[in-house]
Amino acid sequence: MKEKLQEITKKALEQIEAAEEINALNDVRVAVLGKKGELTAVLKSMKDVKPEDRPAVGQMVNDTRNAIEEKLAEALEKLQQAELDHRLRTEEIDVTLPAHRQAVGHAHPNISVLEEVEDIFVGMGYEVVEGPEVEYDYYNFEALNIPENHPAKDEQDTFYINKDIVLRTQTSPVQVRVMERGRLPIRMIAPGRVFRSDEVDATHSPSFHQIEGMVIDKDITFSDLKGTLQEFAKQLFGEDIQVKFRPHHFPFTEPSAEMDVTCFKCKGKGCRFCKGEGWIEILGCGMVHPKVLRMSGIDPEQYQGFAFGVGLERITLLKYEIDDMRLLYENDTRFLKQF
Amino acid sequence: MRTSLKWIKDLVPGLEATPREYTDAMTLSGSKVEFYETKDKDLDKIVVGEIKKIERHPDADKLVVCQVDIGGDVVQIVTGAPNVFEGAKVPVVLDGGRVAGDHNKGRAEGGVKIKKGKLRGVESCGMMCSIEELGSSRDLFPDAPEDGIYLFGEDAVVGEDAVAALGLDDTVIEYEITSNRVDCFSVLGIAREAAATFGKEFCPPKVVETGNGEDVNDYIKVRVEAPELCPRYTARVVKNVKIAPSPKWMQQRLRAQGIRPINNMVDITNYVMEEYGQPMHAYDLDTIQGRQIVVRRGQKDEEFVTLDGQTRKIDESVLMICDGEKAVGMAGIMGGENSMIRDDVTTMLFEAACFDGTNIRLSAKKVGLRTDASGKFEKGLDPNNAIEAMNRACQLVEELGAGEVVGGVVDVCQEKRESRRLPFEPKKYNRILGTDIPDEEMLAYFARLELAYDEKTNEIVIPTFRQDLESYADLAEEVARFYGYDRIPTTLPSGEATTGGLSEKLRIEKIVRNVARFCGFSQGMSYSFESPKVFDKLLLDPDDPARRAVVISNPLGEDFSIMRTLPLDGMLTSLATNANRRNPQVRLFEMGNIYLPKQLPVTELPEERMQLTLGMYGGGDFFTMKGVVEEILSELGMRKKIGYDPKAGKNFLHPGRQAKVLYDGAVLGYLGELHPKAADNYGIKERVYLAVLDMPELTARADFDRKYQGIARFPAATRDISMVVPKAVTAGQIEDVFDKKGGAYLESYRLFDIYEGNQITLGYKSLAYSLVFRSAEKNLADEDITAAMSRILKALEAMGVQLRK
Repeated sequence: MKEKLQEITKKALEQIEAAEEINALNDVRVAVLGKKGELTAVLKSMKDVKPEDRPAVGQMVNDTRNAIEEKLAEALEKLQQAELDHRLRTEEIDVTLPAHRQAVGHAHPNISVLEEVEDIFVGMGYEVVEGPEVEYDYYNFEALNIPENHPAKDEQDTFYINKDIVLRTQTSPVQVRVMERGRLPIRMIAPGRVFRSDEVDATHSPSFHQIEGMVIDKDITFSDLKGTLQEFAKQLFGEDIQVKFRPHHFPFTEPSAEMDVTCFKCKGKGCRFCKGEGWIEILGCGMVHPKVLRMSGIDPEQYQGFAFGVGLERITLLKYEIDDMRLLYENDTRFLKQF
Repeated sequence: MRTSLKWIKDLVPGLEATPREYTDAMTLSGSKVEFYETKDKDLDKIVVGEIKKIERHPDADKLVVCQVDIGGDVVQIVTGAPNVFEGAKVPVVLDGGRVAGDHNKGRAEGGVKIKKGKLRGVESCGMMCSIEELGSSRDLFPDAPEDGIYLFGEDAVVGEDAVAALGLDDTVIEYEITSNRVDCFSVLGIAREAAATFGKEFCPPKVVETGNGEDVNDYIKVRVEAPELCPRYTARVVKNVKIAPSPKWMQQRLRAQGIRPINNMVDITNYVMEEYGQPMHAYDLDTIQGRQIVVRRGQKDEEFVTLDGQTRKIDESVLMICDGEKAVGMAGIMGGENSMIRDDVTTMLFEAACFDGTNIRLSAKKVGLRTDASGKFEKGLDPNNAIEAMNRACQLVEELGAGEVVGGVVDVCQEKRESRRLPFEPKKYNRILGTDIPDEEMLAYFARLELAYDEKTNEIVIPTFRQDLESYADLAEEVARFYGYDRIPTTLPSGEATTGGLSEKLRIEKIVRNVARFCGFSQGMSYSFESPKVFDKLLLDPDDPARRAVVISNPLGEDFSIMRTLPLDGMLTSLATNANRRNPQVRLFEMGNIYLPKQLPVTELPEERMQLTLGMYGGGDFFTMKGVVEEILSELGMRKKIGYDPKAGKNFLHPGRQAKVLYDGAVLGYLGELHPKAADNYGIKERVYLAVLDMPELTARADFDRKYQGIARFPAATRDISMVVPKAVTAGQIEDVFDKKGGAYLESYRLFDIYEGNQITLGYKSLAYSLVFRSAEKNLADEDITAAMSRILKALEAMGVQLRK
């Protein structure tokens, strides 16, 4: 019996050793351990063994089975690993072949900048509001302290529908509309399309965009205006940017200012980009004129505030170093793809 | 506005600043410097020399060898200039010096260095200069020769700095003056700002009384018939006029202002215009009929010949200066040829007036003639400035010995402007600025600006030249300007917190923009105005309501004359641009308003409706576009059934490839293939697909309320049906049957095959759908599905649909 078992073991191990495929191992398993396998046959012949010898023989058969199974498992793992290695080896690809792109479209550069600006102000608690692009003369001029006969109302600058209705020349009328709602305090920005009677060229367009901003509360000061716009500039252009406020004049703010930022190219040293100045003019701003507050039903003795207006295209052109404004309205996909 | 820095320093004697320091400080106090030009920045080692001896060059016919006295030393200079002679005083640049440029080529960046050298073998130690080499021009120095060395007058001192002798040792500054600061369109105004900026004393010229014992009223009478357009008119007379060149100092200041000196009288009026910002006009009194001036409105279809010899058409809106018989000048714009000053003038009438700024602006535009004078008047001058300028001019006439000033002034003055008074409110100024500036400091700033403080009434007295100061906010700005905008603290607003954010409309627009982008569409932008020809290009019917557009009364041209009622022209133009430039596979979208008039002619604001317009060519078809539309609606949570009505009625779309997009009982927009004729009109050879969605309709139906539905636990059962369908029956009609008859267990269906051709009877098509049934509560039994299928099949058969076995 013992010899028989040793013989089975020896033969099985030789076959396992020689197996080159997983199927060959299965054949061994069936031939030895299967229902009609050699070892099973040995077990079946146990009835011929003397009862007192049976435990010892049984033990021997089990040991043989375990030994073979262990070898089978080992061999199987080895072959599986070899197979996997082979597959991975043959599946190598040239990763430098062209990608299959999903052809996602591109945001208009104006909109990319606008969304950035909106995010900055929304983060500071500003509401984003809109107003009509075709606007009453009253809101575009009169309510902003731009009286009849003011040069800004000249037909050279303003498109008129009739004497009372214009294409708004600025987003400032939205200030007035928001103040008239009568809900205070106000923190708003109003982006939108504006129109001026300028012929199209590299730096002019009869239609462009502004972003108006306004804050009205009990104790808003010029120093708040400075702080807010400095924060805005740093968030938009980077922490290392410096700002400078210069006195200026707008009919609807007093005191008024223009804000310059240090040139983002030369960081203020002076270069061709900033015409050697080191500074680039970015926006106009000021404290809302008491007359404007009063006309919109707000008591300037109680409330005051600041307002500012940014030319969206101006920022877009500067930020992306676009040298011709016409590109923004031509919609050539070779241009749009760059943003 | 431009000033010479030297002139400013003469008016503010304590001012010591380099051009850079000056311009920086002025910009920060509100007189923004656009640029400045230091006239002598490229001029070095240039002196007045006198040619002592001229000899022929031994080896060159066109050159001469000059011995030039440069003040003690004599240097030898070889020149080819034709106009030199012994005894001539000339500008000489010495060895190692620099000139601004070349005689013919003009200015050179950084100048040109002059070194000792040999010209055809003869040593030359320097160069004699033309006016161009000194960086100026014959325009400003009309006495300079066209081709040759600049020649000084007899009075030039040999050895002295030639640059200073020509007045080129100066810096010219160009300012951007804001429209409210009329006073700063004058040298005196700028000098006053400079004095205040640097805290130095301002020393304007002292105007003394002038005139002989005669009375000007015996010479001229003035009547203003249109006082609404002429708040002040002053006149004085100068007799025994002696026309001559003006003195060197006046010429130099005028040149620095960019004005060419002409003669003493012309120069005086120009000088006073620069100094006071007050235009003046001079008439030959002998040409003034009836010895009277009448200021009246023009007459309809009146014609007038201006100084420049041009005939101008005038009407009632233009203010005219007339004598007893005829017009002699267009008020504030230009004088007439008929009263022009000639060299033989003996008696002159000076006019300094104040005209209505708006009227002058409009008149100048109407006659198409904008002059230096009208440019000043249109800003709205201080009437009090007129008399001061007049007296200053007469003082200069006497100083220059240019004539005899007749005593007295004709001053027709309807509007006496008084100083304004504003309360002194330091707390308010600090409250606006967010500062804590002491009262005395504020008053000190005011004093520098000639804003006096009346202690008794606690008021600030505003001089008439500061018409812009009207309220406490204006005074706060004056404080801020001189305290320094840069010294005002930097804070963030405190107070009640506000929640910011986008409106729902803007939020939805942003989502839609993003979906369009992810579907491959790039955002374009086009103008809101377009040509009325667009309607024909888009094949609209003559009575199509879209032809009713808001019209711009003063457009840039017909191409920009109406506000768009359809969002297509910009898109199609952009696609055409791309197609012409051979850009393959273009997908664009635009998010922009159309403008629909509520009535015509317009009496109230038109309705502005935001439209999403999608356009594409090359790659993709109608169903690609339809897919984009559905992605957008799906992202907006619009989960109900979307309907497509092929009768969209759009002339500009292919009649068999267009659809209205229907949802929840509303028309959301339309899509389709561009009509070949319309494509032709835009010069596009590709098939173009368009979709337009009305954003207000989308916004009204967007639904972001989402609830978790549970994931099906029971298996689905699928049934495929293959049908032969009459061609006229649409897939939509078949799907309607599924929707209506499918019952509660029909979960979804999908078209998986469509075929027309050989194996199918003419007039029919084959459609195959896969229907999925599922219950949330149980495993479906065969009977459940069979019941639903037989309902569906029955309804389909009624439509003439046959089942393929």
